[in-house]
Amino acid sequence: MTQTLVLAEFSEGKVAKATAELATCGARSGEVAVVVLAAPGTGDAMAAQITTGPVASVLIIESEAFAKFGVAAVADALAQLVDAYKPLALLIASSAFGKEVAGRVAVHIGSGIITDAVDVSADLTATQLVFGGSTTVLSRVNHGVPVITVRPNSVTADVTPCSPSISHASFVLSENSQRAEIISSAPFVKGGRPELTEAQIVVSGGRGTNGDFAAVEAFADLLGAAVGASRAATDAGWYPHSHQVGQTGKTVSPQLYVACGISGAIQHRAGMQTSKTIVVVNKDPEAPLFEIADFGVVGDLFAVLPQASEGVRSRKS
Amino acid sequence: MTAMKIAVCVKQVPDSWAEKKMVNGLLDREGVDAVLNDLDEYAVEEALRIVEAHGEGHTITLISMGPERTTEAVRKALSMGADDAIVVTDSALVGADALLTSEVLAKVIATEGFDLVICGTESTDARMSVVPAMISQRLGWAQLTFAGSVVVDAAASSVTITRVTEAGVDTMKAQFPVVISVIEKINEPRYPSFKGIMAAKKKVIDVRALAAVGVAVLASWSEVKDATPRPPRAAGIKISDEGNGGDALVNFLAEKKII
Ligand SMILES: Cc1cc2nc3c(=O)[nH]c(=O)nc-3n(C[C@H](O)[C@H](O)[C@H](O)COP(=O)(O)OP(=O)(O)OC[C@H]3O[C@@H](n4cnc5c(N)ncnc54)[C@H](O)[C@@H]3O)c2cc1C
Repeated sequence: MTQTLVLAEFSEGKVAKATAELATCGARSGEVAVVVLAAPGTGDAMAAQITTGPVASVLIIESEAFAKFGVAAVADALAQLVDAYKPLALLIASSAFGKEVAGRVAVHIGSGIITDAVDVSADLTATQLVFGGSTTVLSRVNHGVPVITVRPNSVTADVTPCSPSISHASFVLSENSQRAEIISSAPFVKGGRPELTEAQIVVSGGRGTNGDFAAVEAFADLLGAAVGASRAATDAGWYPHSHQVGQTGKTVSPQLYVACGISGAIQHRAGMQTSKTIVVVNKDPEAPLFEIADFGVVGDLFAVLPQASEGVRSRKS
Repeated sequence: MTAMKIAVCVKQVPDSWAEKKMVNGLLDREGVDAVLNDLDEYAVEEALRIVEAHGEGHTITLISMGPERTTEAVRKALSMGADDAIVVTDSALVGADALLTSEVLAKVIATEGFDLVICGTESTDARMSVVPAMISQRLGWAQLTFAGSVVVDAAASSVTITRVTEAGVDTMKAQFPVVISVIEKINEPRYPSFKGIMAAKKKVIDVRALAAVGVAVLASWSEVKDATPRPPRAAGIKISDEGNGGDALVNFLAEKKII
């Protein structure tokens, strides 16, 4: 059976759920080989974390270059693996990093590319939601080895246990990829809450919080949710940029999205309107976000959220 | 110090608020208002700031690919203060994907020669966020993308950026020539002044056909098989908080079996 290559996702040193999601998509068309790109001496420990999902093998490449040259080095490694293994497809998680890697690889190997798929079928047809989720598009790559990026949290991962075979490979770093160097790196610390793009529930706050996210965070914690923010809130410095939801922030598609004190600008909607259920709390009955809300409360978030938190707490006990 | 040549890649896109639909597998661009991609305004602004910080003699050339009316969006960027523009327009480019777009832009950039190429992080219509990385790969130039700040040392011919993504913040450095993309937090784009708008009318827009650029168009390497509008979200429940809004919210979540 021919292979499908999947680039493993790690977050704070732990294998991310997206890895099993990508493997689930990949296993529909081929035997999944997961690629782990690691710093020297760390590959085996990372590979050992891949214990769930339809994964037949894990390929480790260790190099200083991934941390030093980022996207360009990762693209070099993947392009060379595609040349060597001639897989059916290369699947990568959609993120700023993942999409740039995919773009470089596609140019490198002369293949078509599809980004932000929410599903990939056995014949490698990708499903995308475009125009803010208003249109479903099915597309296919018809030249070369398809390079497809898949949004985290869109596919239900097959999490049956696996014990993949493990092997090591190497690659040659091109001269061009050494032209931009990463001098220092400060990864965002995500803290105790779930990762925004992986969370089943997201509770977000906007300008209406006036900088006080305590009520938003308390409600989020009771629901085991991630905390998001509008650009107005991140621009004001009330919440880190890494939590921004929207066109220039993250795209989330959780089971439940609760927007508090967010008006619903098109750029914010672009990041959340494919959420399964949308709840809106806003003082202004005319706030445009109500148009796409399954449940809206016209009211002050500082009254509604604490009461809702109390309600959830009493149901739990 | 020699004069820096800066290119800014800009795109005309349908207005963000316009209702978009697909016709024959392509975005219907005819019936909608077209504007300068707002994320590209940050790229134009950053180029202007770099030039203003380094004195006289540096130039900013806009590069765009698109239908004929793209010149309207380009005029807006010229009125912000860019010097001139190159627009590639050709009927063979209708429906061009990111691979072809990056090839055309890279070809123009290579022919003209630049020290810095600055782009927005994505276009608001296609939203792929891959063109700057593809241009860098094609040219073999340094990729400094998702910049939240850009510091140019013209004497040393080097650029240092902070790369801001969902993963974290990196500091990256490279020698000219480089391909930069800037995020929307980097600056506040200026409004064109009256003087700027008048001056832009006289600036040169060099319109080129594909043959003049030297790119042969192949069929797109990906194709849309089907596009179906999804049913609009059904109108939900909306209540006014009369002191029990939070309880009503919790009841809704319980009914939905979310809690
Ligand atoms: C290029 C570009 C990219 C952008 N990218 C993004 C993006 O990625 N994400 C994003 O979110 N935005 C983005 N924006 C910004 C977007 O256009 C809006 O400005 C932003 O989303 C507004 O945030 P907000 O809803 O929190 O603030 P506002 O629009 O000011 O809305 C605040 C809301 O809070 C309500 N409110 C106030 N007090 C209370 C209270 N006590 N209780 C309940 N409700 C209250 C008000 O009624 C109002 O509806 C972008 C804009 C541009 C130009």
